[in-house]
Amino acid sequence: MSGHFKKKATTKQEIPTASLPDIIFMLLIFFMVTTVLREQTVQVRTLLPQAEAITKIDQKRLVSYIWIGPRKLDAVRIGETMVQIDDALVEDVTNVRTIMYRKLVEQPRLIVSLRVDQESEMGTVLDVQQELREAGTLRINYSTKRLVRT
Amino acid sequence: MALLKKKGRTEPEIPTSSMADIAFLLLIFFLVTTTIDVDTGIGMVLPPKLEEDVEPPPIKERNVLKILVNETGMVLLEDKPSAADQVRGEVKKHVLNNGQDIAYSEAPNKALVSIKTARQTPYNNYVEVLDEVWMAYFEMWDSEARALGYSDYTSYVEAIEINGAENQIRDKIKPAISIAEPDAAAG
Repeated sequence: MSGHFKKKATTKQEIPTASLPDIIFMLLIFFMVTTVLREQTVQVRTLLPQAEAITKIDQKRLVSYIWIGPRKLDAVRIGETMVQIDDALVEDVTNVRTIMYRKLVEQPRLIVSLRVDQESEMGTVLDVQQELREAGTLRINYSTKRLVRT
Repeated sequence: MALLKKKGRTEPEIPTSSMADIAFLLLIFFLVTTTIDVDTGIGMVLPPKLEEDVEPPPIKERNVLKILVNETGMVLLEDKPSAADQVRGEVKKHVLNNGQDIAYSEAPNKALVSIKTARQTPYNNYVEVLDEVWMAYFEMWDSEARALGYSDYTSYVEAIEINGAENQIRDKIKPAISIAEPDAAAG
């Protein structure tokens, strides 16, 4: 038995740590490359208006977006005003009620951020707001850019 | 020549074992500090859906400041044509009237600002007017905060958040903005 112990190696048994930072960096870069921030493709044009009395929404996970604006047909042309929630255009405005109600059940403190094109007409916005009232999602936010005085 | 002699001794090495930790620290630093595209905007709370059989509470005519934005984006303040930048002053006058002028509100907590648009009103004009109304409130809060010895409303809010106190300024001058439905004829 004792013979086996004698065989113990005299060389230092250390894991080479010099390449560890490279491994970490590789991991970092791998995740950076593979992560796709869940981004919706907005099918309507939303040039946001500018305003002065604005507040920041810090809790991003509470926010749900509704886009209202003229539909992008191609790079240049735009069509009629449409409403978009998540990834799909909402054909019938009354559908907003059910969609938003479901979201409210999932997140009771939901804030609906309306990203409305500055040239859209109020009629569509008011219709959507009416549906939001029906759904019970009362906290809204008119998304605007910070006013830049020229 | 003396320098050359020194060669051949033990090679100087940088300790690399802590490099991984440095990389981790960097990673965590960037994870914590990165915020992606913070949304800014004008916050509003919609009125709850009206119950069928419940009458809305009566509001005195003098307590309501009526603002109408028409199809072409022109502003009517209490039926008088005016510019969008006059709104701010009028709202302040209306809210801080305290019953002096018969045409304006009785008290700040009774004052109400009503914004009405036509269905064809461009959104831009609506936001412009809404922004002016909010700015009127912000400016009133600023002066209230200065009266209490703070530099502005923001620093007052920061101070009460630390103390956990009630926001007295907001309770005193409560923003009451109602978005009216357009007339059936206009729509």
